[in-house]
Amino acid sequence: MSTPSVTTPSRWRALTHHHLFWPVAVLVFLLLVNVPFTPDFFSVKMTGGHLYGSLVSIVLFGSPLILVAVGMTVVIATGGIDLSVGAVVAITGALACSYISHQADQNALGGVLLAMGLGLLAGVACGLWNGFLVARMGIQPIIATLIIMVAGRGVAQLITDGQIITIDSDPYKLIGGGYWLTLPFSIFVVAAVVAVTVVLTRRTALGLLIESVGGNAEASRLVGIRSRRIKIMVYVFCALCAAIAGLMISSNTSAADGNNAGLWIELDAILAVVIGGTSLLGGRFSIGGTVVGALVIQTLTTTIYTIGVPTQTNLVFKAAVVIVVCLLQSPKFRAKVFGARFGGRFGGRSGAKGGAKPAATGADAAASTDTAAKMEVS
Amino acid sequence: MAEPRPVLEMTGIVKEFPGVRALSDVDFRLFPGEIHALMGENGAGKSTLIKVLTGVYSLDEGTITLDGGSVRFGSPLQAQQAGISTVYQEVNLCPNLSVAENIFIGREPTRMGRIQWKRMRKEAAELVDRLGLDIDVTAPLSSYPLAVQQLVAIVRSVGTGDSDGQGSGTKVLVLDEPTSSLDRDEVQELFRLMRRLKDEGVAILFVSHFLDQIYQICDRMTVLRNGTLVGEHMVADLDQVGLIQLMIGKALDQLEELHDHERRSDVGETLLKAEGLGRTGGIAPFDLEIKKGEVLGLAGLLGSGRTELARLLFGADQPDSGKVTIDGKHVSMSAPNAAIGAGVAFCSENRKTEGLVPDLTVRENIILALQASRGWTRPIPVAQRDELVAKYIKALDIRPANPEARVGRLSGGNQQKVLLARWLITQPKLLILDEPTRGIDVGAKAEIQKLVVSLSEEGMSVLYIAAELEEVLRLSHTIGVLRDRRLVAQLANGPEITSSRIMETIASGEHQ
Repeated sequence: MSTPSVTTPSRWRALTHHHLFWPVAVLVFLLLVNVPFTPDFFSVKMTGGHLYGSLVSIVLFGSPLILVAVGMTVVIATGGIDLSVGAVVAITGALACSYISHQADQNALGGVLLAMGLGLLAGVACGLWNGFLVARMGIQPIIATLIIMVAGRGVAQLITDGQIITIDSDPYKLIGGGYWLTLPFSIFVVAAVVAVTVVLTRRTALGLLIESVGGNAEASRLVGIRSRRIKIMVYVFCALCAAIAGLMISSNTSAADGNNAGLWIELDAILAVVIGGTSLLGGRFSIGGTVVGALVIQTLTTTIYTIGVPTQTNLVFKAAVVIVVCLLQSPKFRAKVFGARFGGRFGGRSGAKGGAKPAATGADAAASTDTAAKMEVS
Repeated sequence: MAEPRPVLEMTGIVKEFPGVRALSDVDFRLFPGEIHALMGENGAGKSTLIKVLTGVYSLDEGTITLDGGSVRFGSPLQAQQAGISTVYQEVNLCPNLSVAENIFIGREPTRMGRIQWKRMRKEAAELVDRLGLDIDVTAPLSSYPLAVQQLVAIVRSVGTGDSDGQGSGTKVLVLDEPTSSLDRDEVQELFRLMRRLKDEGVAILFVSHFLDQIYQICDRMTVLRNGTLVGEHMVADLDQVGLIQLMIGKALDQLEELHDHERRSDVGETLLKAEGLGRTGGIAPFDLEIKKGEVLGLAGLLGSGRTELARLLFGADQPDSGKVTIDGKHVSMSAPNAAIGAGVAFCSENRKTEGLVPDLTVRENIILALQASRGWTRPIPVAQRDELVAKYIKALDIRPANPEARVGRLSGGNQQKVLLARWLITQPKLLILDEPTRGIDVGAKAEIQKLVVSLSEEGMSVLYIAAELEEVLRLSHTIGVLRDRRLVAQLANGPEITSSRIMETIASGEHQ
């Protein structure tokens, strides 16, 4: 984030390299796989003032996942996890759609805005609840968020009376299915949320404090960080992201389905975070990595359809690819399979092992071996 | 006491861990009907020896003889079946079950696969009664205080292999710091039980950090230091000063040492005042005053309450009695925030677990405390931040001098300097250093000590904890002496204060 200092150009570059190199490589690879099956995969056509094409669709359909995954990233960075995001998606959509469906004029902008506000408020409430349980009551995040994950769908059903509510509202359709400046509107929403997140975490000290709490909770307490407050904030933020995704999903289909909206999105989001290089143990996080991770998952879903994997087996196929991606992320695995050269060069951690290292990184690797040895002695 | 054949004999015990020889050629013997203390500072190898004995670790070399026959335990269960029972510091029982169930858990008397509840309760009651305890065996364990639960754990372990209630199947009972969370009366209750078991012929191996308890209950002791055997003595033949010498490994006269001249003699007015500050299970209530520019050293054996005292002054643990005033203002020590706000800084002795955030960079670790006090909305401006970090990296000579290096990869001495920088940057009034020189090389050690002197000259107060008495003596204006979780003396440093004087104070435990 800061300007690279003169003394450490190579290591700094190697590090940035490392964070995004493999996720991006996988993404590009997956995109290329589509070309033999869909020769015009990369072409983008202008039809009726809108841009169409596979790439645009991937971003469009991946938008809710990106949003949820970005929120999930900061929660995971504190060492937590949020399983309730799928349920929050359902609640938000249900609340907004049922409010709109009760309006005399579903196209009235005021009503739509109010509906969206209600949905977002519900999301914030869910986040506060999660944060309260985790930070104040000290409940394990996986258990605390399980409550809304399970109960939340019931709440959504309650709001929709067990029905799928369909609406017909043009302003509401815009967020998830509309176009603006030739592009899907949701792309702008995603871009805005990602930008706000990056600014909030990196232009203030929030990112540092989050990483500190996730990296060593006890040390953070002893340094005076108010970790409870930070934990509540990240759960609220995560739920808010999920709520925006909920609006988007229900807007795209013009319907609220308490049962299926955002079903299993929490798992895809967690995967996206992991693929993006954020450790589930907490600490360092990368919003950029998460965005790429979410795009990888969405591309994978698209690819599965285009190359004609039988629908019954597509989850197995997806699982296999995810395993490969996760293994590729591991420096140890790379060192083993591709030899020390790749492990050292892109991993930066196992550089000590290799005999044949590229000259540029040789000094670095030697330096890290040196310090490692010192640590063991002391 | 007549000396029959030892019930247990360990000879030439060697245990190695990767890179560390935890025990080298240690002999140990235990006679029936004696209470034997295993002494040594932390890291001397006491726990390792116990774990080898009880089958938790396998031994690399040496032999163990039990009742004349050579044995080798692959697991704690095998040791238990052979008659060696262990009770640890923490009670490993089920609080929700009854006392009787806890005593018999895993070896309930059964008939045709069904538990004979009546018989179990009767036998448990008999066992408890025989050992002179007044416990209702049908009550749930949780209805009794921790001390009684500990007694039940002992009853359970001596009852092992003894389902018909006739005599004890346990030949050796290992008690690993059973008294650390008990109060005085509870300790006496435990001792009564120990004496009764001793009269029944059980050999008891007792580990405790409290010297008084050793002298009260034990017959014989074995002293370890750095994984080697120092000696075996009858308790009656060795006084406390002698014991401490053996544990630390230096004779008193060797410790008569230079007094330094670096120390500034004049100190300012009172900065911090603690009155009746204490925490149950941590440290007994104490009064303490720290003046501006004063270095207050804490001396005492490991486990004597040095760290506990420091943590109370920082709010790292919450005191349950007493109050603290800093600069005349009352400070509630409910959380570190409050103490930090009042100008207190604390470098923990556990750099890795309580100090560093290993994944973050040197720069991020250094600014963490300052940033935390500013709150997340007010990041330190980049230019100012980089300048501060560069200044402290240079001043403390942190290597590599790279603010972007991950702190987890630095050597111990440099990590310690990063922590120092983290707190110095906040310009505290009182800097608490708990073992700042532990595990770091000689050069860095000297630098840190010099830094303490110059900080004190600039008017910063320092609370300095170190295992080495010389270090405390060299730096401190005042020395607080701790023993058995009690601040027993505060000595103004001067020519007449020597290592031996302090050791005598530790040994005698006199309140001055």
